[in-house]
Amino acid sequence: MKDNTMNEPTDNVATNIEENAFSGQTVGTPLCDDAKMSMRNVNVFYDTKQAIHDVSLDIGKNEVVAMIGPSGCGKSTFLRCLNRMNDTIESCKVTGDIKLEELDIYHPKQDVVPLRARVGMVFQKPNPFPKSIYDNVAYGPRIHGLVNRKYDLDEIVESSLRRASLWDEVKDRLHSPGTGLSGGQQQRLCIARTIAVSPEVILMDEPCSALDPIATAKIEELIAELSQKFTIAIVTHSMQQAARVSHRTAYFHMGKLVEVNDTKRVFTNPEHELTEAYITGRFG
Amino acid sequence: MDKLHLEKHISHQFDVDLEELKSQALEMGGLVEQQIIDAVSAIEHGDSDIAERVIKVEDDIDLREVALDEACTNVLACRQPAASDLRLVLTVTKMTRDLERIGDEAHKIAKMALALHESADGLTGYEEARHMGALVQRMMQQVLDAFARFDVEKALDVAKADKQVDREYKSAMRELVTYMMEDPRSISRSMNILWTLRSLERIGDHARNIAEHVIFLVKGLDVRHSSIKEMERQLNKR
Repeated sequence: MKDNTMNEPTDNVATNIEENAFSGQTVGTPLCDDAKMSMRNVNVFYDTKQAIHDVSLDIGKNEVVAMIGPSGCGKSTFLRCLNRMNDTIESCKVTGDIKLEELDIYHPKQDVVPLRARVGMVFQKPNPFPKSIYDNVAYGPRIHGLVNRKYDLDEIVESSLRRASLWDEVKDRLHSPGTGLSGGQQQRLCIARTIAVSPEVILMDEPCSALDPIATAKIEELIAELSQKFTIAIVTHSMQQAARVSHRTAYFHMGKLVEVNDTKRVFTNPEHELTEAYITGRFG
Repeated sequence: MDKLHLEKHISHQFDVDLEELKSQALEMGGLVEQQIIDAVSAIEHGDSDIAERVIKVEDDIDLREVALDEACTNVLACRQPAASDLRLVLTVTKMTRDLERIGDEAHKIAKMALALHESADGLTGYEEARHMGALVQRMMQQVLDAFARFDVEKALDVAKADKQVDREYKSAMRELVTYMMEDPRSISRSMNILWTLRSLERIGDHARNIAEHVIFLVKGLDVRHSSIKEMERQLNKR
């Protein structure tokens, strides 16, 4: 798997910084006491190529953790391990422990469908189903059998759309196609669809990279609100976005987790020189 | 993060912008340092020409403060600097303010020099002014050097030197008060000397502030309102 955006000028960072500049020991505070998800010694391989090297990280309850790093550093790959999205890739092999509270999500008997209801995902490009706005949001609760009565379903659709700050804009056209909305609205619709099944963790893979600044600001506002109820892990190419929305920031470099620290610390006084080089836009 | 580089950004123009901020701040610092030397010399030698010059140059310093502030605002708005880049921009804005205030104090001293020049006669206190002037000028030189080289040790030396300036100020004040009590006719002139010493003491405080900004710039540590011991402890911890 590759990151979709390979045209970043930062591509060279990975190749220009010598590999031995990083010892392999993550600096900062990758672990926390109140972990919702905990990953230990995670390695990911695509055939023989190793994409993630021995990454250990906790994501705290109601915490927003941002993952940043140059293209190809493995941040998206790592995010996709958290709800077994990588299962769809034949050559992909994951080792190590990934737990959602006490649940070992890579246990051979673990079914991915209920797992993905607990760990939802929002993608880079808004991808509403070719259905009505209402059906987009109702889809999850229906297939997971969360409701029996139409009345309850209406309520879930409304509250999800409200929580995604989209209700006021679409309440009069719930039965028009979701694909007819603007890009920013579509992305909020996807977020509403994700939260309709009441997940515990939301993974966001560059949720704003296809959106304009206004729509981006709305999503960022939404992330702050959602963190009251959900745990959020977000991969972003915009460092300012990481700085604005997250509590902790994790910096990945060539498949290794270099530094995890409080976001304020990372953006004012990072501990590792590779983090410093990346966030200030320098070569190593 | 001990190693600070202004260069090596992917955007070359960003390198240029930051380098420009630093060199403009140093230039302003050099000008202010010369103002201190001139103002003290005007007091010491009762030279009204030098005093007039100090008063004139003060306008230039004010203009530089405004220009530097604008340059910092532009970098913040256009580049959204982070980490050491952000600390550099913040340091320059704070430092500019201190430099401008030092310029104000030098301006005050120059005015005292003019007043003393008009009523010149053998008066005590000049020696103290010369001595304290030399001390703060050295602090100024050191702190600019510390900023130019991102040198924390040197910045710490400046903070220590400020203690000495404070001590000198207190003892000179006691001496002048005794003098005024002995000869009330000298009060108005003694007061001028006293204000001069007070200005020099304030310059020492501003130089110490700049030294603290330099420590923040290099180490990311906010050591304001800390004692020297506390500063050393924090720096050793890193």
